[in-house]
Amino acid sequence: MKRLLASLLTASALALTATAAVAEEQDKTKACFIYIGPTGDFGWTYQHDQGRKSVEEAFGDKVETAYLENVPESAEAQRPIEGFARAGCDIIFTTSFNYMDPTNKAAKKFPDVKFEHATGYKRESPNVSTYSSKFYQGRYVQGQIAARMSQTGVAGYIASFPIPEVIRGINSFILGAQSINPDFKLKVVWVSTWFDPPKEADAAKALIDQGVDILTQHTDSTAPMQVAAERDIKAFGQASDMIKFGPETQLTSIIDEWGPYYVERVGAVMNGTWEQHDVWHGMAEGNVVMAPYTNMPDDVAKMAEETAAKIKSGEFEPFTGPIKKQDGTDWLKEGEVADLGTLLGMNFYVAGVDDKLPQ
Amino acid sequence: MEVWVSILLSICAASTPLLLAATGELVVERSGVLNLGVEGMMIIGAVTAFSVAQASGSVYGGAGAAIFAGAAFSLLFAFLTLTLVANQVATGLALTILGLGLSGMIGESFVGLPGLKLDAVAIPGLSGLPVVGPFFNQDPLFYTSIVLVVAVAWFLFQTKAGLTLRAVGDSHDSAHALGINVIAVRYFAIMFGGACAGLAGAYLSLVVVPQWTEGMTAGRGWIALALVVFASWRPWRVLLGAYLFGAITIAQFHAQATDASEFSHLPQWLFAIIAWATSLPAQFLTSLPYLATIVVLVLIAGNRRLTMINTPASLGKSFVPDR
Amino acid sequence: MILQLEKRPQASPLLSVLSPLLALLLTAAAGLIMFAILGKAPFSALYTYFIEPLTDPWMREQILVKATPLILIAVGLSICFRSSNWNIGAEGQYLMGGLFGAMLPVYFYELQSSLLLPAMLLMGMLGGALYAFVPAILKARFNTNEILSSLMLVYVAQQLVDWVVRGPWRDPGGFGFPGTRSFNESATLPKLWQYGDAHWGAVLAIVSALIMWFVLSKTLQGFKVTVIGTSPRAGRFAGFSAGRLTVVAFLVSGALAGLAGIGEVAGSVGKLDDKLSLGYGFSAIIVAFLGRLNPLGIVAAGLVLALSYIGGEAAQISLGISDRATRVFQGLLLFFVLACDTLIHYKISLTGLRQQKSQGAAG
Repeated sequence: MKRLLASLLTASALALTATAAVAEEQDKTKACFIYIGPTGDFGWTYQHDQGRKSVEEAFGDKVETAYLENVPESAEAQRPIEGFARAGCDIIFTTSFNYMDPTNKAAKKFPDVKFEHATGYKRESPNVSTYSSKFYQGRYVQGQIAARMSQTGVAGYIASFPIPEVIRGINSFILGAQSINPDFKLKVVWVSTWFDPPKEADAAKALIDQGVDILTQHTDSTAPMQVAAERDIKAFGQASDMIKFGPETQLTSIIDEWGPYYVERVGAVMNGTWEQHDVWHGMAEGNVVMAPYTNMPDDVAKMAEETAAKIKSGEFEPFTGPIKKQDGTDWLKEGEVADLGTLLGMNFYVAGVDDKLPQ
Repeated sequence: MEVWVSILLSICAASTPLLLAATGELVVERSGVLNLGVEGMMIIGAVTAFSVAQASGSVYGGAGAAIFAGAAFSLLFAFLTLTLVANQVATGLALTILGLGLSGMIGESFVGLPGLKLDAVAIPGLSGLPVVGPFFNQDPLFYTSIVLVVAVAWFLFQTKAGLTLRAVGDSHDSAHALGINVIAVRYFAIMFGGACAGLAGAYLSLVVVPQWTEGMTAGRGWIALALVVFASWRPWRVLLGAYLFGAITIAQFHAQATDASEFSHLPQWLFAIIAWATSLPAQFLTSLPYLATIVVLVLIAGNRRLTMINTPASLGKSFVPDR
Repeated sequence: MILQLEKRPQASPLLSVLSPLLALLLTAAAGLIMFAILGKAPFSALYTYFIEPLTDPWMREQILVKATPLILIAVGLSICFRSSNWNIGAEGQYLMGGLFGAMLPVYFYELQSSLLLPAMLLMGMLGGALYAFVPAILKARFNTNEILSSLMLVYVAQQLVDWVVRGPWRDPGGFGFPGTRSFNESATLPKLWQYGDAHWGAVLAIVSALIMWFVLSKTLQGFKVTVIGTSPRAGRFAGFSAGRLTVVAFLVSGALAGLAGIGEVAGSVGKLDDKLSLGYGFSAIIVAFLGRLNPLGIVAAGLVLALSYIGGEAAQISLGISDRATRVFQGLLLFFVLACDTLIHYKISLTGLRQQKSQGAAG
């Protein structure tokens, strides 16, 4: 039995090396993705994987894609990224902030492979691009809706880590809400995770018990939506359309639409026009899309649509003065629009947030 | 509903899975076996409950299947440690690793689906009472967990079978000499533990968050293990420990969402304590139960009489019948 | 029919060697079935998992990197497990090693000294050993169950590391992400060769395995360990102190786990962050058993387990087999190892139910 197994193993090994050689001859462009969570988180990673699928749809036979899920955001990420580069990937998308250093390290070792790092800012070699989305634009719209829909005048915010992206979202939300109701309050709970459904659910319950009647989250699971549905309050989805999890609960959701960008970049690799850049797309470019406005009166939906349209056309930008910081100092003067640098490194709350930023 | 009532209900939901799993493990350890695979059995229960509920459309079917799956999975452990006399520590660990991987595979196609929720069942008469009414309008697994504690306490200390089980745990050699089938008793105990862990898993995927996500037990199985020791192998203390732990979990979030100044109307000393507690790092609160468990371990081990009464003396030791 | 065990008068030396191999074969067979169920070509999947990584120099190096902490920790565990001291808290000792070792570059960030790195390694070992001392002294003094106390301490260590990297030690320029500043070069373990990933920790692992092998099999101290481990009573008659051995075994094991921790921090990561705990302390238990608690066997076993990680990633990249399969493999491997070990000490026979029948079953 043992000998049989061994010989079978060798035989199949030989066969496999043969097929591998054939596969390499075909000239497909290989696009590879590193994910922080499981593709089925129905949030952040799910949307990136939808983007990967759009690439497959757009290019059909000419492209091959691969992905790795649950890659920890640490030095451990170095190996999978390099593994991809070695496995013949032409372009590698690393889709979380803390893949920043491993991505740049790998890029130096593999100058012929293109690297695209989501939400980061380091581009240490010419084959690294960074890209992100202005999700905060959607948060402003959510803030306005929350202020119109809330009975208690308090919303709850389940936050992950105090990084600029999350802080921008919180600030934009409160600015939107207070543009409707200057007394609107926001309670923030930090859960120190991107994805832990029972923990997110516990945080949601705590917030509801504390008197919030609108829930929004910057974590990736659908658990808060389900808790909100159970407790009969309203909530905003995150990253993807979570209406399935709260048909009578979801007001809207900020959908990360990565497809167009991924198709564009893979296409650029194919026809040799890929160049390093740093983009920050938003509603205007179709990267930030609002899910249908549901479970709200028509006039609220209309207001939301108008605000979104203004942001989309560039007529309005959420971070427009006058805005004070939380400590009471002036940040933006009347009519002044925040500069990109400050937004990218945002590490302070604006006035109106009822929370102490974890330091 | 009063705020504090609803906070207490959240605590019930956070504590119930711990209580279920810990009660099961308590019986296992009372029989002299240390099964470190609680986390693995729990997650198998969670995925089974969710997938069977999806397929059959019945949440009760899901919960039942979870009990069965947990018990069946624990048989693997029982066979290795009892029949093949393998090391209990390593086998339990293997059970956890296997369970985490296997559940991920089984559940792959169920990820991202909204699940069915086990609804609350009101207990006639009691649920209408003022103040305490809401506590009698909870999900059936909550009631089960409480009944289970009572039943296990009664079984262990009031029945002959319970005495036999404890005898096996205290000295398998003497029990064997008395003609007790040590191996059979332990098989039953391990399967009971597996069934309870399976049900605890079902609680997570049918009640806490009606969905399946990989690794959703997130260490709760290990907490259950700690609770059994914390309770020095006493059912009622397991109940206490589970609720203490649940309360700490929920309190963390309330501490964050609460502005200490909201309590400024309270007496100054109380206000000072609240302000101090909310300023403590969350990690400190989280590690409290584990530290407390070590203290309990030392206390019971340091007190010979207490040790004699409670700790199953054969815990973790393999038994091979001499023939 | 019922399985019946009969104790062999002596452990079978032939089966001691064969049993891990048999376990590997059984795991491979189970893997074939699993891949077939998953709808993947079973043999080519198995090839990608366990053979392909060995054909590629880069992957071989990654295996070495991954195996380093596993071997270090498991070598330490071998002395514990041989002497029946069930230290399952190696993960906590590993973390404390990382924490203690990182203390120097965190507080003396600008320090450039050739003594810094050795001092960090020593601090790491000290941290691990001190942390292991707690369950050891509790067991020796108060007869506290070391399985449970060492396990509980893992969670305390995780919380402690989590707190320092989010709180007092957090990199001020790190956008709020948990983790210390990246260490200077003088606080980083040098790589074994240029552009490589393998660092000097690998050498430390091999050396420690050799030393431990020598001590356990060639010295009186090692003999004591085995005697007390197999029969505490005989050990007492021979005048060996079980309590002292417990403390020594835990200290050695903790120091090696701590060394693994600071090795990862200073070698692979270059800073202390909240992702240090990847379960190496638990995986090392598999390694220790797979290596039959023999330090040289552990080196081989560590490489095999590392291979399953690296092969698992390769399979995910080229075949789309999810990373769950890797965990199932590791669980199965440990199961088969444990089951096959029974063969070493017992003869297994099948008997009729008739003879087996015994009274007094209860539930």
